[in-house]
Amino acid sequence: MKKLLKTLTETFSPSGYEDAIREVIRKEIKPLADEIRVDALGNLIVRKGKGGKRIMVAAHMDEIGIIASHVDDNGFVRFEGVGGVMSRHLIGGRVRFINGTVGVIGSQRGKENSMEDMFIDVGATSKKDCPVKAGDIAAFERPFTDMGSRWVAKSMDDRIGVLVAIEALRALKSTPNEVYFVFTTQEEIGTRGATTSAFEINPDIGIAIDVTISADTPQAMKMDVGLGKGPAIKIKDSGMISDPRVVQWMEKTAEKAKIPYQREVLGGGTTDARSIQMARAGVPVGCISIPCRYVHSPSEMVDENDVKNSVKLLTLLLKTESKNFGSL
Amino acid sequence: MLTIGSPQLKLLEKLCNAIGVSGDEGEVRKIVLEETKPFADEVKVDALGNVLAVKKSRAKKALRVMLDAHMDEVGLMLVSAEGESFGFEIVGGIDTRHLFGKQMMVGASHAPAVIGAPPPHKASDGDYLRKPSASSMRIDMAPGSSAKLGDRATFAANFKRVGPSIMSKAIDNRIGVATLIELLKHAPTNVELCLSFSVQEEIGLRGARVASNYFKPDLAIVVDSTPARDLPDHEDRENTSYNTKLGLGPAIYVYESRAMHNPALIGFLENVAQREKIPYQIRQPGGGGTNANIIQMSREGIPTVSISVPHRYTHSPISVARIDDWKNTLNLIHVALKKITRDVIKK
Repeated sequence: MKKLLKTLTETFSPSGYEDAIREVIRKEIKPLADEIRVDALGNLIVRKGKGGKRIMVAAHMDEIGIIASHVDDNGFVRFEGVGGVMSRHLIGGRVRFINGTVGVIGSQRGKENSMEDMFIDVGATSKKDCPVKAGDIAAFERPFTDMGSRWVAKSMDDRIGVLVAIEALRALKSTPNEVYFVFTTQEEIGTRGATTSAFEINPDIGIAIDVTISADTPQAMKMDVGLGKGPAIKIKDSGMISDPRVVQWMEKTAEKAKIPYQREVLGGGTTDARSIQMARAGVPVGCISIPCRYVHSPSEMVDENDVKNSVKLLTLLLKTESKNFGSL
Repeated sequence: MLTIGSPQLKLLEKLCNAIGVSGDEGEVRKIVLEETKPFADEVKVDALGNVLAVKKSRAKKALRVMLDAHMDEVGLMLVSAEGESFGFEIVGGIDTRHLFGKQMMVGASHAPAVIGAPPPHKASDGDYLRKPSASSMRIDMAPGSSAKLGDRATFAANFKRVGPSIMSKAIDNRIGVATLIELLKHAPTNVELCLSFSVQEEIGLRGARVASNYFKPDLAIVVDSTPARDLPDHEDRENTSYNTKLGLGPAIYVYESRAMHNPALIGFLENVAQREKIPYQIRQPGGGGTNANIIQMSREGIPTVSISVPHRYTHSPISVARIDDWKNTLNLIHVALKKITRDVIKK
């Protein structure tokens, strides 16, 4: 599992440029799926089972990144953030462009909080010898680190969700339901891949697997979610309110199996569940969140037990017999 | 190579001088209908007022390519009457500081009007520096005018050609509308063209959303006009944030406000341009969007790309564009349509 996570987190995949990660995932799930397809926006759609409830499980493949907007006369690359990039995490960091070029982020003196005054140094001395041009996309560069039961990577958001979905698919030998695992694109720039894939699948229930903020560090925001206390069942975030029936289904399933869980109310941010909920005539949705420290920084940290319990919970949910869905 | 001569410029002039403020695009629509009907296989006006035209292909199972250009422009709407003056609201993105002392035209009759400026005798510097609320301004009509509430108004700036440049209030986006009409007149036969002359782009990409649901195309190319803030920066610094530059050719979008366009289509367009020696530029990635943003997200998702003719002074009383940039935009899309195959968008 750790080896797969290392590969997943270190694969290049900023929003809109998910080709490499899609191939890694496709290879992994090929022996496990009943049907695999890729849609117009690049979502990887994997079906398991036939008949019963149509359940869409969305984990996004993309990560935040940057995109070059201008190369100046001295060969420094100006850029824009792609997704929720925070300038405070940038200076001294490294990025890798789609063509392999690595760059270091610097800033003008006294302007360390302003992205428009930062630049990427790729070792060029002029516009002419710069291997990067406007429109080239890049991802942050940082290796996966194993701290024992805590794991750190630049793209834990949402490769950890991708891992949970893959492992649940692996554990799910059979299901009475028709499950669509969707590895979505362009989540970080507005849950775009989930919007179109939910339209196509037209599910009965939607579940997003994503990270949430772990507020158990010194002077953190007020929020009752911490590392190691189990998967967080989302009640609401700033983009959607989970369907109470889905929340209840998740909580009951966790309690019955003695899986620890936390109830999540997130002040800022949202997930693919927001778009699935609004697809076509509307879909009951919920979200299993993996608590994560330092979200949208180059060092996002998760806990091994939370990950394993998330896999367990998701697998059990997907095995639910039709008589046990209650009013869903 | 398709050319831009006097017939094309005459049509653009007619389109630019029409009033087509969002939600009231009738005057532009009339011209579009006249121009498209003789050349298209099907033309219809949908519930929102989009003109949807189809030019069929000779090939079986041809690729269905949606081309979109919005017909509407930013402007004002009269909302209250006080004698010969009217209160108004802004439709689309206009900075109210652009309104001081401008000649306007109102309604179907293009009735002349003026938005006043504070006289220097009475005004302080602050009056010009701060951004006034629209509700503090009035549009002044001749007494006895037939203007009524709900009428739209735009800047009264007639189309002009000055050497290699063109100037108009509505280059954004009559230049896109004129481009689509030219493409229809010279339609390649290998693809089925689905032309959307869309409404209400300036108030939230509203027409294109339903047009793409209707066409369900295999891919979409949006033709618009994008800002060029390309004059030298002050204080001798390098201008690093210009969006686009006049004279460098069509601007291809990679990333606009929250939409990452199809990398394969972008690469295809770049290849076509390089092989055909058509100049092009990459529009600086960042905020500010086009209809491609919403078309990409319709239904099961549509591969999109967005190409714009650059112009200076967006959403102001008068914008400036270059005829060569228009010609190169037209030709890039024309050649790309002739060469495109299903393989380009295959995953």
